[in-house]
Amino acid sequence: MIELDRVGRSFKVKRSVVHAVQDLSFTVSAGEFVGYLGPNGAGKSTTIKMLCGILTPTSGKVRVAGLDPSRRRTTLARRIGVVFGQRTTLWWDLPLADSFQLIRHLYRVDRATFRTRLDELTETLDLGGFLRTPVRQLSLGQRMRGDLAAALLHAPEVLVLDEPTIGLDVVSKAGIRAFLQRVNAEQGTTVLLTTHDLGDIERLCRRVMVIDHGRLAFDGTIDDLMATAPGQSSIEDVVTRLYTGEASLPGSP
Amino acid sequence: MVRTYVLLLWTWTRAAAAYPASFTLMILLGFVTAGLDVAVILVVFANTTTLAGFTREEVLFLYGAASLSFTVCDTFVGNIDRVSQHIKAGTLDTFLIRPVGAWMQLTADRFNANRAGRIVQAALVLGYACAALHLDWRRAWMIPVMVITGMVIFSALWTLAGAMQFVLTDAPELANAFTYGTHQLSQYPLSIYARDLVKGVTYVLPLAFVNWQPGLYVLGRDDPFGTPEFMRFLGPAAALVLALLAALAWRQGLRHYRSTGS
Repeated sequence: MIELDRVGRSFKVKRSVVHAVQDLSFTVSAGEFVGYLGPNGAGKSTTIKMLCGILTPTSGKVRVAGLDPSRRRTTLARRIGVVFGQRTTLWWDLPLADSFQLIRHLYRVDRATFRTRLDELTETLDLGGFLRTPVRQLSLGQRMRGDLAAALLHAPEVLVLDEPTIGLDVVSKAGIRAFLQRVNAEQGTTVLLTTHDLGDIERLCRRVMVIDHGRLAFDGTIDDLMATAPGQSSIEDVVTRLYTGEASLPGSP
Repeated sequence: MVRTYVLLLWTWTRAAAAYPASFTLMILLGFVTAGLDVAVILVVFANTTTLAGFTREEVLFLYGAASLSFTVCDTFVGNIDRVSQHIKAGTLDTFLIRPVGAWMQLTADRFNANRAGRIVQAALVLGYACAALHLDWRRAWMIPVMVITGMVIFSALWTLAGAMQFVLTDAPELANAFTYGTHQLSQYPLSIYARDLVKGVTYVLPLAFVNWQPGLYVLGRDDPFGTPEFMRFLGPAAALVLALLAALAWRQGLRHYRSTGS
């Protein structure tokens, strides 16, 4: 469903060149739930933006749902859902319900399908209480649930989430995690999730990828990840060791 | 396409309706500030009967035609100049994840009908000038052609200015000079400007085709700069070429978008 082949993206900053992502290759199959970890500035968001076609890679090949994102951006948009935790994709001054209506038109979802999906999402995400509230007046937790619903209204095959639980309280987090698990299990939606919250990873992801300095530093199951640091019992410690470069990684460059 | 665009406009109109006082005030303000432009022309003609060989009604005709093209574009395409803010804030990301072209979303971005006052004002001036001028009606077909050509040229200029923002994120003013500046320039008969400038806006940036060249045909006048008669009819072709260039530049601009951290 997602394929990256030796992908690189560099930025010219003043006179030097910064390689945000280099030589990155991985494949995510349909139906997988993958966590994408990395310290700040490691290249997580850059990768996500290349997957949506927002950024054009400087080298290598990206394929999402069989399409080249940067060339077929608007076509791909109908088949993926994107959530940015730090930035809403909803219309600030419009009530949530109006944003959803607009999305229905933009994605050409027929009325009946839209109704069923919206009812479903309203129930599972508990949106009923604030559907008529302008987005700017929503709390962060409400807004994030609204954003999630917006990203799923067109029933995408792939859901890409960039820090969806950032800044949320434990209850909201738990709600969103349960919801994501359901979407993946029941609809078979492929999910790629970046987060700094290791609780998200432990509870949701069967597979974890770690990116550091723009390169893939680890790719495997949570158990594999824990095995990279024998004697460490918490995932926090294991990941810290990975980020700081103290871990001995099997098969890493 | 058109349905989606109208839908976006309607969405933003409803969002703007959340602030009704601001809406009314802007309509009035637009009408008044546009009225000042006309006042300047009238003041000039209070002291003279011709401006660079053109009568008051002829100048109002040229002004009205350019302003109508411009204000319509300003309303329906001009929102694209907000692209520099979206680039700097990284909010352009949210436009790019939608299944609709970024250009269409950006031209509708925060659309506000409060510029309607200026469109009405420009249409009134053009209407008055046409009525007062005793035009040769066999040449009147050129008037709608001229206004539409002008719209395409201004839209293309706006798009070019928008595309420039992807490279020069810190200079939205430069782009404004490009758009609002060209409008200012086209409000008067080009014969008041220096020959080299007029050459520039004829052969490089085809502003002369917004109202000057076709306007000369409608008014039945020779070009004071002596360009041949067939130039009066090149407007649509020039507009098409410029629109094509603008579309290419916009595509390139989007591919150069760098987004922001996180």
